Amino acid sequence: MAELELTGAEIVIRCLHAEGVKYVFGYPGGAVLNIYDEIYKQQEFEHVLVRHEQAAVHAADAYARATGKVGVALVTSGPGATNAVTGIATAYMDSIPLVVISGQVPTAAIGQDAFQEVDTVGITRPCVKHNFLVKDVKDIAPTIKKAFYIAASGRPGPVLVDIPKDITQHSCVFQYPETISMRSYNPTSKGHAGQIKRAVQMLLEAKRPVIYTGGGVILGDASAQLTEFCRELGYPVTSTLMGLGGYKANDPLFLGMLGMHGTYEANMAMQHCDVLISVGARFDDRVIGNPKHFAKEARRIIHIDIDPSSISKRVKVDVPIVGDVRQVLEELNRLLKGGSERPDAQALKAWWAQIELWRAQDCLKYDRSASVIKPQYVVEKLYEVTRGDAFVTSDVGQHQMWAAQYYKFDQPRRWINSGGLGTMGVGLPYAMGVQLAYPDAMVACVTGEGSIQMNIQELSTCKEYKLPLKIILLNNGYLGMVRQWQEFFYEERYAESYVASLPDFAKLAEAYGHVGMRIEKPEEVEPALRRAFTEYKDQLVFMNFITDPRENVYPMIPAGKGLSEMILV
Amino acid sequence: MRHIISILMENEAGALSRVAGLFSARGYNIESLTVAPTEDATLSRMTIVTTGSNEIIEQITKQLNKLIDVIKLQDLTDGDHIERELMLVKVRAATGEQREEMKRLADIFRGRIIDVADRTYTIELTGPGSKLDAFIDALESGAILETVRTGASGIGRGDRMLKI
Repeated sequence: MAELELTGAEIVIRCLHAEGVKYVFGYPGGAVLNIYDEIYKQQEFEHVLVRHEQAAVHAADAYARATGKVGVALVTSGPGATNAVTGIATAYMDSIPLVVISGQVPTAAIGQDAFQEVDTVGITRPCVKHNFLVKDVKDIAPTIKKAFYIAASGRPGPVLVDIPKDITQHSCVFQYPETISMRSYNPTSKGHAGQIKRAVQMLLEAKRPVIYTGGGVILGDASAQLTEFCRELGYPVTSTLMGLGGYKANDPLFLGMLGMHGTYEANMAMQHCDVLISVGARFDDRVIGNPKHFAKEARRIIHIDIDPSSISKRVKVDVPIVGDVRQVLEELNRLLKGGSERPDAQALKAWWAQIELWRAQDCLKYDRSASVIKPQYVVEKLYEVTRGDAFVTSDVGQHQMWAAQYYKFDQPRRWINSGGLGTMGVGLPYAMGVQLAYPDAMVACVTGEGSIQMNIQELSTCKEYKLPLKIILLNNGYLGMVRQWQEFFYEERYAESYVASLPDFAKLAEAYGHVGMRIEKPEEVEPALRRAFTEYKDQLVFMNFITDPRENVYPMIPAGKGLSEMILV
Repeated sequence: MRHIISILMENEAGALSRVAGLFSARGYNIESLTVAPTEDATLSRMTIVTTGSNEIIEQITKQLNKLIDVIKLQDLTDGDHIERELMLVKVRAATGEQREEMKRLADIFRGRIIDVADRTYTIELTGPGSKLDAFIDALESGAILETVRTGASGIGRGDRMLKI
């Protein structure tokens, strides 16, 4: 008996089943109709119909950030693919594992400027980890297998698979490969033993050590190993925006976030340390500011990263360790615990005394007696009301920084935001992806009136899938971060940063079938939040907080300046 | 400093544009780039001549290695190697005197005349880039009608090999 042949479209679905995919975020169109017809016939995964392809990719991206699994999005050719590009680039910059399947015009039409044709592989090439154009139905299964493998292994990232419509109609025997091996792709996971030994020696010699952690700790599920490592040494810990939650924010060893809007103590410690260990972080411009200024102080640097190209890219490193952060930390912990040498207690005591002086600056203080709502206060109350147990997504701007500074994340994968690309509009679709992954969790989207309007159509998706998100809009009437830069660096010429004619957000939410609130006074903040998370627990609540339009994010390192050149409140 | 990087990569559609795109996106220089399949048709071998500080060259090799299609690469300038480039030059050869002069020059540079027409010769010349430059310099500027160069190809000396 001849083996059963399946169409390309059926094969796509079977591959997704084989990968254990639970949600596919997508939007149909001509080139993917065969695939959608097969989605209609199956029940293993749920397809989430968004209102714009950008949101499909963002939601899949957030699903991946919150769960650690590969997110999946499906879009049609042409505009479907171009709309997806922002989502793909966002995931790429933050190393998020995604598989994006895009439809393409039939093979014979490629290059003919056909209807809804675009060179998707060409357009996405610089913002994917890898991409494929499938030209034969027999290649679909091995290509999708490779796509999932590449997306999730090594330094993760998005992989796009472009499938022409005729290929989804052709048929062949389906067999999903059980394993995959690629001669051109073998990511390193185990760190070099000799370098790890050198790192231990250097760490134990330190007089003024700092542990600098980043998104790699989250992506590598290394939070427990990091915690053990930090506690074993008793060294101060700081984190990038992407690493928040990797180490408990309330722990005394934690100095807070570092970087452009990092704490005074974190930035000063980073600048003045003598031994620095970077754990899954990449010294980017928002983190160390000007690399020349950073290099003025002599320090020895240990850098653990899964991606060799991140090492010695912006800062010269003394001990490079290429490998999986978790595996390397496990090895470091083993050596530290097994050895007899201890850190220099006296030096460490003096270093902590210095750090406590910096900490005493209380750089995150703000005016708590104000008669207008301070945005920082809203985030603090959100933290209290949710007992620090919510997933918090954000958009990009001042509200993002306040959320990062004042919501004390103590678990990994709880803080979901666009760090690298800085994409306004991610907050709401991010919250959708998280809420679908964890239906019973509290999910808050901290946003601004600029960002939320960039994907506000997704309120409709939230209604369809009954997603009880809590949208915390810190509404200051301005594109706040732009306004802040204009105040500091452009002599208060507020070019196009004031947003006139905002909608009545409460009514807008109601129009979509949700609960809307407008909160104008500080004393209303906490009761409103409590109502949202209790009385309206099962509904989406859009909370429009009218906040101080003049508030700025402090501390701030102006672009191009050094870590110790902070503007303080 | 000038570096010659040899790359062994999967002979897949789009592989060349991944490399070219990487160089333009990250602002690296390309002096020349040549590519063709190897004796194993599933593999392509590419030779890139580039310039940059040690830090930049280190980043270039790391970023190239990161491309999924790249299997292996070698910076030929790290060790003993041979470098060759092919040039075709069409020169004016209308009068007897011009034809005599061109023949003589081609012989001196161990070039070969591969096309003879009423008013032109086409000369084939192989060698390191500096030799090709020297040949161009030796010709009177008015004598050159057209030139085409392949860019450098290179290979390690002796046991130094780039293979899988």
